[in-house]
Parts: sequence; C-alpha cells; structure tokens
Amino acid sequence: MHTVLRSHAREVVIGPDRPFCVIGERINPTGRKRFAEALRAGDLSQVVVDVERQVAAGADMLDVNAGVPLADEAGLLARMVRLVQEHTDLPLCLDSSVVEALEAGLAVYRGKALVNSVTGEDDRLAEVLPLVKRYGAAVIALANDETGIPETVEKRLEITDKIVRVATREYGIPLEDIVIDPLAMTVGADADAVTVTLETIREIRRRYGLNMCLGASNVSFGLPDRATINAAFLAMAMSAGLTSAIMNALAPECVAAVRAGDLLLGNDPWGANWIAAYRAKAAS
Amino acid sequence: MNEQDVLRGLYDETLAGNGPAVLDLTNRGLELGLSPETMLFDALIPALEEVGARFERGDLFVPEMLIAGKAMAGAMEVLRPLLTRTGASSIGTFVMGTVKGDVHDIGKNLVNIMLEGAGFTVIDLGVQVPPERFVEAVREHRPDIVGFSAFLTTTMPMFKANINALVKAGLRDQVIVMVGGAPVTQEYADAVGADGYAADASSAVRRAKELLERRRALVS
Repeated sequence: MHTVLRSHAREVVIGPDRPFCVIGERINPTGRKRFAEALRAGDLSQVVVDVERQVAAGADMLDVNAGVPLADEAGLLARMVRLVQEHTDLPLCLDSSVVEALEAGLAVYRGKALVNSVTGEDDRLAEVLPLVKRYGAAVIALANDETGIPETVEKRLEITDKIVRVATREYGIPLEDIVIDPLAMTVGADADAVTVTLETIREIRRRYGLNMCLGASNVSFGLPDRATINAAFLAMAMSAGLTSAIMNALAPECVAAVRAGDLLLGNDPWGANWIAAYRAKAAS
Repeated sequence: MNEQDVLRGLYDETLAGNGPAVLDLTNRGLELGLSPETMLFDALIPALEEVGARFERGDLFVPEMLIAGKAMAGAMEVLRPLLTRTGASSIGTFVMGTVKGDVHDIGKNLVNIMLEGAGFTVIDLGVQVPPERFVEAVREHRPDIVGFSAFLTTTMPMFKANINALVKAGLRDQVIVMVGGAPVTQEYADAVGADGYAADASSAVRRAKELLERRRALVS
C-alpha cells in the first residue's frame, strides 16, 4: 500500500517497499518556551532556521505545529505553513488538535498534505474526516478513543478497525490515505510500553497492510541519551512494519538508524542511498 | 541493627527505589519501637525530597523517580493505618484528574506518585474528567488542592471551564487550584485564574506544599 503526499513540486511515497519516511518534528512550540513566545509575538524567524536544519539533516517531510497557548492557532498555523512552503518543497504534515487550525493550514497548503491527526472518538472523526476528504489529504489516525490510550494490542486494533470502517465507508477516504498511529508510550514509565507498540505494528501490517506513523521520541521521555534509545526503537519498529515516523531528524543517530534500516530491510537496493550519504558526508 | 541504622537504611533504600528493602526496614523499625511519624518525617519524606532535588538537577531520571515513589508508597501502606490513629497520616488531600476531552495520563500519574510519596492523600479521578465530576469530588472529599492536567492546546481551555464550575458551585474559595501538562505555562495558569502551576512532578510537589502552607498560614 502506498500513501502519496505532495508539495507543489515534490512527491513522497510512504510504503513498506519504500525507504522509511522521516518526518521532522522540530517545528513545534511544545516544550520550547522561547520559540513559543516568539511565535506568539509574531516572530517566525526560528521556523525558517528549523526548516533549513531539518532539510539539511535529511528529513523527507516536515511536521508543522502551531500549538501556542493563548494564541490564534488557526491564523498562526496558516502563516507558518505559508512560510515553510517558501523555504522547502518537502511535503508537510499539518499538526493540530484544533479543527479550525487544520482547516486554515489545509486552505493555504499547495499539494496533498498529511493531516495530524484524528482519533477513534466519534466527534473527532466527524470533525476531521470531512476536512481530509474535502482537501484530498491523507490522515494520521491515532489508535485511541474517549476511554483513553489502550494498554492492549487488541483494543488498539479494535479502534483501528473502527477508524478504517468509518473513514472508508462513511467518508469515502481511500484506504491508502489512512495512516495509523499505533501509539508509542514512554518506556521509562512502563517496561512493556514498547513491546505493546511493536506487536500492534505487526498486527496492523498483517491484517490491514496499512501505512503507519508514530511520534518516535516519546519512548525515551525522562531518560538519558535519548537519541540512542530512539534510534534502536526506530530500527525495531521498522522491522515490525512501521513505515514513517515523526521524529528528531536533527539527531544523526536516529537518521542513520533509519537509513541503515532501509538497507537491511531491502528498501535501499545495492546500498545506493547509504553509500551516497556516506560520500556526501565525507566530502563535506 | 539499631534505630539509627533503620532510619538511615530507609532513607538510602528509598532513594535507591528498593521497594522490598524499604518494606522490610519499615516493619523492622516498628518492631524496634520506632514511631511511624519518625520513620515518615525523618527518613521517607527527606528521601523523596532528595529524589526530587536530584531529578531537577538531572542526576536522576524518570524511572528512578517512579520506583522511589513506589518504594515509599509500599511503606505508606504499612504506616498509614498507624498514622491515622495519631492524625499524622496525611499532610493534605489532593484531588487530581485529566480534563474532559483529554486522555493523557503519564504526567498526571507521575505527579500522583510523587504527591503520595510526599505524604499527600491523592484521589485520582482518572482521564476525561468533566467539570461536574471535579465539582462533585471537591464537595465530597473537601480536598486542600484540586489539580487539572491537560496535554493538548485544545483541552487546556477546560481549566477555565473547571474553575468556572467551582465558582458556580460556591467552592472556588475552599480549594487551591493547580494546573499542569506539557503545553501549559505559568502565564496560561495565571490567565485562567489557577493558584499554581509546575513544570514537572517534582516541582509540582514543592509548589503544592508551598501553596498549602500559605493557605494554612492565612486561615490560622
């Protein structure tokens, strides 16, 4: 199954037979106090810096989040999306829990965006899916609902099942435009958190063949040397069937783990990308 | 092993998050005739405070903080019934919940563990807690503090809705309101009219104690 995302000038294909799609997570004010303050004051200069650094680090797509408390998130996200498009032709992932912000972002986006995100909750599905359909976008769907983040694989699959059914039958969204987030929780708070995620990935791949995306940096929250843990997790998750991640593209360990994973899983024939990346690094 | 050894051991093993050893030492302390208060205030609470301080300095990490909190909670199960008799069982009551529309609870649970470790009685209402349930819980349990947790910019406005519901029920003046969660800032906490905010579990405990002391000083 292939999920195709586009900017005005470039196409990215997410799929199990493609190199893993690295979605840079950096353009997000959560936990970045100075960035949040600058955005609220209307200063978007850091956004340009974040775009350029992530593009240089090898991101395939960029996530854009404008979640600044007490700010007009819709207006801000639209401004940020416009600005990001001026500085890169990578396709974008529009990230908000505010439906009006998603709509404002989609309205100014040129291409086919990845909407981040909807959940299995009835009201969220009813708000977000019509937008996804109207703009011909793809959507990340989190395998949780109003009862919380399920601790078991079975419950996550049940919610996946519901989302797929509602999105395809009630809204006519093509199956390939649904990207499931199997939910990665922090291993520092629960030793079994990642094994549940990996098993969910395997089952979604086996039963639906759907593409999947998750926030990979969650797993290492509260632990030292996060990049090493994230890199190991990414390689494991790829092996289980994960096809994209919103991740720290600025951590060389993580990007290297993903690209080595591509090679090892047969998605970088003859190591062409791996060798080219090595030469580029050696030359610089 | 004398009383000093037990107290020192309790402090060290709580700091190390060694649950079985903490439980064992708690029982041994009781056998030696140590008072529950002495073990609580001279060993367990100072150990948890040290855990918090080391966490804030970056010398301890989340799993270490969690197991220390759990080790302490294990000792508290033995001590609480004994402490209740002397009235020293709890330094305050804290009603906690993730706001309506939000299912995130890792941060909230961490704060709960640290609060319990610090000697608070915590009543956890879980996730997706609507304003009326917070009001009910405040009316029923008469907590010193009520805490609202939110992880999303979309659900943060529920802080205000919860506070409005407390005002409407005539309960706002009877309880301290604390808010927290990844996107929350001090500025936002001020804007919605909360009494306190903290950025992580350890500072939440410190802030809760400060607010409680201030409130009690005003009342007395």
